[in-house]
Formats: sequence, C-alpha cells, structure tokens
Amino acid sequence: MQKMIETIDLTFKYKNEDGKEDLCALNKINLTINKGEFVAIIGPNGSGKSTLAKHMNALLLPSSGKMFVKGMDTAKEENLWNIRQSAGMVFQNPDNQIVATIVEEDVAFGPENLGIPPKEIRKRVDDCLKAVNMEEFKKNAPHLLSGGQKQRVAIAGILAMKPECIILDEPTAMLDPSGRREVIDTIKKLNREEGITIVLITHYMEEAVDADRVIVMENGNIVLSGTPKEVFQRVKELKNIGLDVPQMTELAYELRKEGIDVAADTLTIDEMVVQLCQ
Amino acid sequence: MIKDITIGQYLPGESVVHKLDPRVKIMASFVFIIDLFIINNFLGYIPVFLFIASAVIISKIPFKYIFKGLKPILAIIIITALINIFLTTGTVIYSIGPLNITREGVKLAGFMVIRLILLIVGTSLLTLTTSPISLTDGIESLLSPFKRIGVPAHELAMMMTIALRFIPTLIDETDKIMKAQMARGADFESGNLIKRAKNLVPLLVPLFISSFRRADELALAMEARCYRGGVNRTRMKQLKVERRDFAAIAVMVLLVALSVLSRFI
Repeated sequence: MQKMIETIDLTFKYKNEDGKEDLCALNKINLTINKGEFVAIIGPNGSGKSTLAKHMNALLLPSSGKMFVKGMDTAKEENLWNIRQSAGMVFQNPDNQIVATIVEEDVAFGPENLGIPPKEIRKRVDDCLKAVNMEEFKKNAPHLLSGGQKQRVAIAGILAMKPECIILDEPTAMLDPSGRREVIDTIKKLNREEGITIVLITHYMEEAVDADRVIVMENGNIVLSGTPKEVFQRVKELKNIGLDVPQMTELAYELRKEGIDVAADTLTIDEMVVQLCQ
Repeated sequence: MIKDITIGQYLPGESVVHKLDPRVKIMASFVFIIDLFIINNFLGYIPVFLFIASAVIISKIPFKYIFKGLKPILAIIIITALINIFLTTGTVIYSIGPLNITREGVKLAGFMVIRLILLIVGTSLLTLTTSPISLTDGIESLLSPFKRIGVPAHELAMMMTIALRFIPTLIDETDKIMKAQMARGADFESGNLIKRAKNLVPLLVPLFISSFRRADELALAMEARCYRGGVNRTRMKQLKVERRDFAAIAVMVLLVALSVLSRFI
C-alpha cells in the first residue's frame, strides 16, 4: 500500500522569545498513514496534535527528524507547493479561513493560486460544491451561512485543489451538533467515495469511532494507536490522560465492573443493543 | 439585524449599466469627470445632462437613491454658490450692505452648482451599479499594466477583498464585545463626547486583539491553500469586454467630442 504520510523521529521544539529552544511539542514521532485511510488523532490540549497536523502541510518544519508527504520531504523548499496541494488543511475556525466575499469565489481561491485555467476552475468549483452539498449556496455571502455550512465551504475550497489527503484540525470544535454531523458526514463520504485520505484531529470521541485507526497523543508522544475497538477499550489509560471514551464504551466498562458480561470493545448504541438483547 | 448591512451603496440589478465591464465603467467615470471640466458654458451641459439622465433611466436606479447621494454634499454646493455669488466682480445687480451680487456671480454660481451636481450623480452611478467585488476586479485589472513600475495591483485588490469579507464578521464581533462589556457594566451611551470616546477603549482593545488573531489565522489558511501572491495566479472569472462595452466607449467619445465642440460656440 502506498504511504501518504510518513514521519521518522519527527521532533519539533517551539522557540522561546529569546531564541532558546524550549517547549518540546513533538518528541520523536514515528507514524505512517496509508493512502485512503481515515485516521483520527485524539489527545488533550497541548498534546501536540495541531503541531503534528501543521507539519503534514509544511506550515511547520521539523526541528529534527523527517516528515514525508507522498514521499516528498517537507523540509525541502522545492516540494512546498506540491505538498500543500496534495495535503490540504481545514482549520478550526470557519470564519478565519474563508477569503472571498462569495462562496464560489472562495472555493476558486485554491485552484486560482495553483494557476489552473479558468474553465477548469469553474468545473472544479461546481463539482466540489456539489460534493459537499452546498451548490445551492454558491452565490451567497459566507457570513450569512451557518457554522457547519461555512466549514463545508472550507472543505470544498480544499477539495478544489484535488488533494489526495485532507487534514482537519478540530473542524467541528466551534459547531453545534447538527453542524458537526454535516461536517463529519461530508468527511466520511469523501473518504469512502473519493478515496481521499483523511486525518481528523478531534476532541469528540464519537467522531473518532468511525475512523479506521485512532491515534492517541500525550505530551508530544503517541501513547496509543490502533483500531477504535482496540484503543477505546483501554478506558482506564484514556481516563488517566484526561480523555473521555465513547458513551457506549464507558457503559460497557461500568457494566463489566459490575460483573455483567458485555464486550469491552463496544462502541456504538447498535452494538450495545445487540449484546444486551442476546 | 446588524448582519444584513450592505457594503457601499451598491444596488443589485440586471440592467445594461450593471452588466458593463467594471473597467469600462471606472474609466468612463474618469472621462466623465474630466469632461465636466472641459465644458465652459451652459450650452455644453445639455449633452452631459441628457447622457446622465438616460444612464440613470437605463440603470433603473430609483431617483430617490440619486438624491440621497446628493444630500451629504448639499452644504458644499450651497457654500460654493454663495462664494461665487458674492465674491465675483462685475456688474452689480443688487447690494446687501457691503456685499454685492453681480450678474457674473450669479451666472458662475449656477454654472458651478450644475457641475457639482452632475459630478456627484455621475460618480455615484458607478458605485450604485457596480458591486464592490467587480469594482475590486476592475481596479486590479486596470492597475496591472503598472505592475512593472512597482504598483502592487494584485496585493491591493486582495486587501480590498479581505477587508470587504471581514467587515460583517467584525461588525458581528463588535456587537458581541459590546454586549459582553455592557454586561460587565460598561456604558457606551451617556456622557459627553470625550467621555464617550474614552468609554470605547474597552471595546476597541479586544476588537484589535481579535482582529490580529484573525489575521494570523487567515494568513495561515491562505498559505495552506498555496497562496503565494499574484505571480502565476489565474482567475476563475475573466473580465470580458463585450459589444455593450464598445457601445459605452463610443458614447463616451461622442460626449467628450460634443463638450469640446461646445467650447467654440
């Protein structure tokens, strides 16, 4: 399988104001993400998730170690624009990443930067707005949209650059539940139907449940990694780091403590129903 | 409520004037201003007046909006008229104390007032029929030949676009901060002017800080979307000069010709 993202002993230190290297945000991270995978990264605040995401887009460069996107070294200047085109990034605040005053103009911003011919841009803009279900809003002003809609516009803006991988840095943190569902459904659809590699950084465990793989970070280290079922059944470890587990996993954990036999890796309500009604 | 403000005074429409290429409209406005200064007698105003009147009618802009544009400069018009009436030397037709009204003065005042009114109506027609976005596009395109001598055409247009984009967002934010500060006992409504200005400090400081944070995040997002200035950048919407634009250019040429001719009558 083709490697989309690969890090080798990736270390990043934030510099202090006086130039002394200080805070170690990433500590020798070794991670491989394959093409087409849906990976969720979870961890408490300050665990280095966002820093890691910014490395995948070459917005930050490693202090030591290597970061490869599609085999391209992010530290090499000549790869910069190729990397940013291949690995698009969606940020937390939808307001601060929309550039233009009209939805379709904003989606066109990325391809315009890449120097794509106007006709092709037009086509991509229409296709991408359709892919995120926002085509009827293409002439709207972004500030009149809801949070979930704005975030979908931002995703369309990235999609229009035809990336192979989309990195989403807490895209749902500022949204209400319905906006959150819209965005997550869109992400899942893109992963399933377009085969786009997804790296989702999130605080919501329910969102991580649907991923192929969950990576847990703490203090710049990867502490756990595996399928959602493998990771979430380690309830105690996760709680020690200060993370929650999905509701149903927690319920299963509590039930098991009381001696009721349900599988420790129960993630969803449906699974729980099946087990309890057996 | 505060969200729905329109920026500038653009009135959306589908008329020919609305659809003209913004570059043609901007250039036509310039030519129009120069043309007004070419004219040196009343007769010369006739074609200009006919031109502006038909442009307003074609654009389907309600007259109400045209007059609204004149209101703020009413004071200037009156002062200009008074200065011309009283300070022009010539045949005295009436005296109030030391002030003399002359025949030439009245004539000149009338001339100046017509010029000012036509000037304002003509230029506001540009902003009334052109959206801020196409104005920006037009300015960028018109300035691009000067890139060679160091005019940052693309950067200027980008700044204008971002400013337009963030005006509603920042108004929203101002509203929020105001309410938050009012909940903490801030008073934005009472006191004299100086006191009120001082009271704005707790509003402006957070607003500035958040704007800088926004700018920082936006810059990051733009970089992540491969933004690297205007070099090698394409545009989805291409400005195209069409038949109606050539017609508009022809009308402008005719207008200037008539004005020049009127000087010799």
